[in-house]
Amino acid sequence: MKQFIQDLAEKNNHQAKQLLQILREIQSCYHYIPEQAIEQLSGLLAIPRTRIISVVEFYSFLHLTPKGQYELLISDCITDNMHDKKNLTDYLAARLNVAVGAVREDGLVSLDNTSCTGMCDQGPAGLVNGYALTRLDRARIDLIADLIERREPLAAWPADLFQVEDNIVRPGLLLKQSMVPGEALRSAFKRGLKATLTEIERSGLRGRGGAGFKTAMKWGFCADEAQNERYVVCNADEGEPGTFKDRVLLNSFAHQVFEGMTLCAAIIGAKRGFLYLRGEYLHLYEQLQGILDQRRQAGLLGVNILREGLDFDIDIYLGAGAYICGEESALIESLEGKAGIPRNRPPYPVTQGYLGKPTVVNNVETFLAASAIAVNGADWFAKVGTEKSSGTKILSISGDCARPGIYEYAFGTTVQTLLNDCGATDVLGVQMGGPSGTFISSQEFDRKLAFEDLATGGSVIVFNENRNIFDIVHNFTHFFAHESCGFCTPCRVGTSLLRKQVDKIYEGHGSAGDVAALEELCQLIKNYSHCGLGQTAANPVLTTLERYPELYQGKLKKISYEPGFDLDGALDIARRLAQRDDAGAHLSQVGDHE
Amino acid sequence: MSKTITIDGDSIPFEDGQTIMEAAAAAGIYIPHLCHHPEFAPHGSCKLCTVIVNGRACSACTFPAMDGQEILNNSKELNDDRRRITQMLFVEGNHLCPGCEKSGNCQLQAIGYYLNMLDNHFLHFFAPRELDASHPDVLVDQNRCIFCTLCVRASHKDGKDVFAISGRGINKRLIFNADSGLLKDTDLDVSDQAAHICPTGAILIKRTGFTQPIGERLFDHKDISETSLEQEQGDHDR
Ligand SMILES: Cc1cc2nc3c(=O)[nH]c(=O)nc-3n(C[C@H](O)[C@H](O)[C@H](O)COP(=O)(O)O)c2cc1C
Ligand code: SF4
Ligand code: SF4
Ligand code: FES
Ligand code: FES
Repeated sequence: MKQFIQDLAEKNNHQAKQLLQILREIQSCYHYIPEQAIEQLSGLLAIPRTRIISVVEFYSFLHLTPKGQYELLISDCITDNMHDKKNLTDYLAARLNVAVGAVREDGLVSLDNTSCTGMCDQGPAGLVNGYALTRLDRARIDLIADLIERREPLAAWPADLFQVEDNIVRPGLLLKQSMVPGEALRSAFKRGLKATLTEIERSGLRGRGGAGFKTAMKWGFCADEAQNERYVVCNADEGEPGTFKDRVLLNSFAHQVFEGMTLCAAIIGAKRGFLYLRGEYLHLYEQLQGILDQRRQAGLLGVNILREGLDFDIDIYLGAGAYICGEESALIESLEGKAGIPRNRPPYPVTQGYLGKPTVVNNVETFLAASAIAVNGADWFAKVGTEKSSGTKILSISGDCARPGIYEYAFGTTVQTLLNDCGATDVLGVQMGGPSGTFISSQEFDRKLAFEDLATGGSVIVFNENRNIFDIVHNFTHFFAHESCGFCTPCRVGTSLLRKQVDKIYEGHGSAGDVAALEELCQLIKNYSHCGLGQTAANPVLTTLERYPELYQGKLKKISYEPGFDLDGALDIARRLAQRDDAGAHLSQVGDHE
Repeated sequence: MSKTITIDGDSIPFEDGQTIMEAAAAAGIYIPHLCHHPEFAPHGSCKLCTVIVNGRACSACTFPAMDGQEILNNSKELNDDRRRITQMLFVEGNHLCPGCEKSGNCQLQAIGYYLNMLDNHFLHFFAPRELDASHPDVLVDQNRCIFCTLCVRASHKDGKDVFAISGRGINKRLIFNADSGLLKDTDLDVSDQAAHICPTGAILIKRTGFTQPIGERLFDHKDISETSLEQEQGDHDR
């Protein structure tokens, strides 16, 4: 191990900012971060051991205690759950004789849940040692269990288990056009970089990651900063449950995404860029490195790009299981090898980002669109969409529909059109923008896809009339509590309180006062949290409570007060000790006899 | 002409580079806070100092003062919500004030009084938290830690990095910089500022718990709003 870690540190130039990448490699080799590795790294990178431990304990894919040689994780996204995920996980657990959340005694295999892995169009899905497993069913689970028992190395597993489909159902403006690598850069140099920035401005392009900030304005701010060391970062963390369009863009349109980053670098004057790829998309890593190599060989990356005097290169960084790292300042912290805790703003990344230097962070789709605009011009893009939201939006549609997959629509398209196209019938409601977005009911399907109406980073989850609102709210609320970085009080404590409160109502122990308390708690989390995670964590409750107050009321007991404490449950141990279970050994809850 | 901001209708001057908290303190206006300390870089995590700046919620300890800001601080709505945030800190840990050595000198408790907190409101977490009594002079009881990171910041300034916060979300914990993980094996010395900075009773100096009798303690006679303004002038080393 000593040599292995020595080499790793060497390979990473003994730089503390490489810590997360180093730890990922240690985890994948030893299936945990051994004490010895922490000690050695602390010396080699000249950082306190506490810094290493705090990074390990922050990311879901890193562990201080050994996991199995086969680390199995099952995606706990609502869409996986709609496809029988619970029963399949139980089946898998039984087949391998390992409990969920545990490591088997012989150390061969461990099993646990994980947040949405971005395979909602081909779930239930999972990960084995970080690699995506798709379309899980009993037959495939039998196969996986056999392979594990036979200790078959992953390289010898049938490729079909890892097959990830693009499922592009409805290509539009962006997905239909084909671009020769280098075309956008050539157009931009020909037109002039200043003029190209103006072109992007005229196109009205706004960020595709959710917040919708004007892209040209962001690039312009960064370019105007006095410091001359600048960075370009592509946000491929894609952690919002129900979103998987960036996965497809990186699988089939990566040249164009990298070209958009290079274009940005030319405009703002950056020499280095990063693609921050979520750990769940490890399967794309080698392929993307290959494309970067191709681009270097073609003179589209590296020194003196297209002989225009532009020097720029891109590194790929992998995440390690933390939704918060999609938030741009947390992402930058993660790139610097730290826990992904959002920074205080101001300063914003465009003035002080990576290593304190001006940095542009954009979504994958934003870079893709920017390069297309450089080729086709502003009007090509702006003539589509609405006045405030120009162009098209690439959506990931999943849930209860006949054709889950990737759909591209002009902004302004109604939800009803989406539903017709994807083959959704008897629809109860649609989650627009993932758990942090809005749940809309069947009364609102004439609403439009647009920043000014229903904004979405790309997640569209369809629910039919057989679904239960509380299953959805329950899943989403647990997601946020699990993913809160824990920096600020309202989000750290509030999301856990909210989880408990939702559990209480979900399990039928809610009382009338609880809905008022629930709403108050939601407002506190929303209004006082430090970053977008906390500010949207209560949306699942707030947006459904607003639409279905009668459902919440119906879930509540007819008493005004239901204790948070289960009196009879608490006596269980005493009953077992006394070996009694008669009526006298039970206490009724206050108010039960009403 | 000097630049000014307005807090609850009062116009106060500020210097460029000051946060709202610093400008307020210099002008004798108290903004409740726990993770802020004038000697250290602001952290912005407890959220007690939230004020409304031109209609938007901002942390006063991190947000820069800018000319013409209209700020709401001492409003009923804000103080009601600050009370809830304080209650969150109480239920998250295990605070049994009557038996705590820090009682009367504790800022968390004092904030509770200041905000008229009469109950815990939320359900208790009853989370198991660790206690480290290994160090000859200093005791750390994580039951009372509110993750303000003041000890972390102070120890970094001491050049020792004894403390760090680890974990994610509700599973946060304080860890110590020693192979054994024990406080006694760290470089912590009882004279370090880090040993004295904790606003709550999470870090205590041994054998001093009751040298100052109950009834004669910091907050027994004075409100935290007064002591804070007396003691905490400063600009975090800018
Ligand atoms: C909790 C949280 C998660 C986020 N996740 C992502 C993400 O996965 N991908 C993304 O592009 N933006 C994400 N964002 C938004 C980013 O902070 C940022 O606004 C975006 O990357 C900017 O790029 P754009 O202007 O191209 O949209 C997230 C924000 C928050 C608060
Ligand atoms: S630390 Fe403060 S709030 Fe906590 S128990 Fe001690 S006196 Fe009470
Ligand atoms: S031990 Fe005290 S100073 Fe350190 S983080 Fe906890 S509450 Fe803050
Ligand atoms: S932890 Fe991110 S909002 Fe508080
Ligand atoms: S004092 Fe400002 S957030 Fe804690």
